[in-house]
Amino acid sequence: MADAVMDGAAIDGGETPLRVGGFTLTSRLVVGTGKYASYAEMARCLEASGTDCVTVAVRRERLLNAAGENILDHLDVSRYTLLPNTAGCFSATDAVRVARLGRELLRDLGNAGSEWVKLEVLGDQKTLLPDPVGTLEATEQLVADGFTVLVYTSDDPIIARRLKDLGAASVMPAGSPIGSGQGILNANSLSICLEYLKDGDPEYPVIVDAGVGTASDVAAAMELGVDGVLLNTAIAHAAAPVRMARAMRAACAAGRDAFLAGRIPRKRYAMASSPETDRIHSASAPTV
Amino acid sequence: MTLSEAKQEIVVTVNGEPHRLVEGGTAHDLLVAIGLDGRPVAVEVNEVVVPRASLPECVLRQDDQLEIVTLVGGG
Repeated sequence: MADAVMDGAAIDGGETPLRVGGFTLTSRLVVGTGKYASYAEMARCLEASGTDCVTVAVRRERLLNAAGENILDHLDVSRYTLLPNTAGCFSATDAVRVARLGRELLRDLGNAGSEWVKLEVLGDQKTLLPDPVGTLEATEQLVADGFTVLVYTSDDPIIARRLKDLGAASVMPAGSPIGSGQGILNANSLSICLEYLKDGDPEYPVIVDAGVGTASDVAAAMELGVDGVLLNTAIAHAAAPVRMARAMRAACAAGRDAFLAGRIPRKRYAMASSPETDRIHSASAPTV
Repeated sequence: MTLSEAKQEIVVTVNGEPHRLVEGGTAHDLLVAIGLDGRPVAVEVNEVVVPRASLPECVLRQDDQLEIVTLVGGG
């Protein structure tokens, strides 16, 4: 029964899964594989999160210790779809190179994720904010090269719409800087992003990526109507990462249900929950 | 072996470091020499991805720049 409570799909049987390009994901959380204390802890956290899609990065192989561990020794690639990222790229040229290398790695593995990429083109090291110009350029090039592009961007609705127009399969606005844990800093902008991206296209997937700090951030994002949340640091660097992964799973399901349930409007003044008529009152009591 | 038959060595760059190999050697030969041919890696030569199946036909030349990469943890 506890599992049914945690599994959003079980609660709302009619809901469709998350679809991005040609990919179907059963979980609305995408979880990163970086920053964990150990590969074993990473594996436990991914399991607890309920995700079926994890991001990975592409880096130079060690040339000296070829017998060392590889992350693939600890990732069940038949269970998780791998989403390679272009993290650490500060130019469109580098991002395109890394995306192509990621594609080759996943083709070699036979993993379903070989034709997609989480595109990041960063502007500077301190903020890790996206470079909008490089991001637009790389999106265009990778779409032309046949990639399904999930693109990391800011919460600026104009750039978001341009990225969608260039063919990005999903636009992924940051809630706040990568790893900052500040959650959704500008819900107004994020709402406008959703409005623009889903205009005439309600199924277009919008995934909040970056800045999640704790479970309520995930719930808040889902309540706004985003289709999924991508996070890494909030789990990996929590004091108890596996417990936080469980919390994220529950928050994602709760936020999604709340969104679909249709919340009450915010009102300035009160509206009683108990009947206003047929109350008993003393002769001396106030009558309002 | 006469001087004209002796194979020359070339130097290529791999992940930013120089590597020597016999002239006519392929990218596959290089992977074997480094001990990476059984590992989950992808190879780029002069900024172009060389698919695994093509590595044995990819003859390296002096000053070629290679990147050999793998998957690691990341967000």
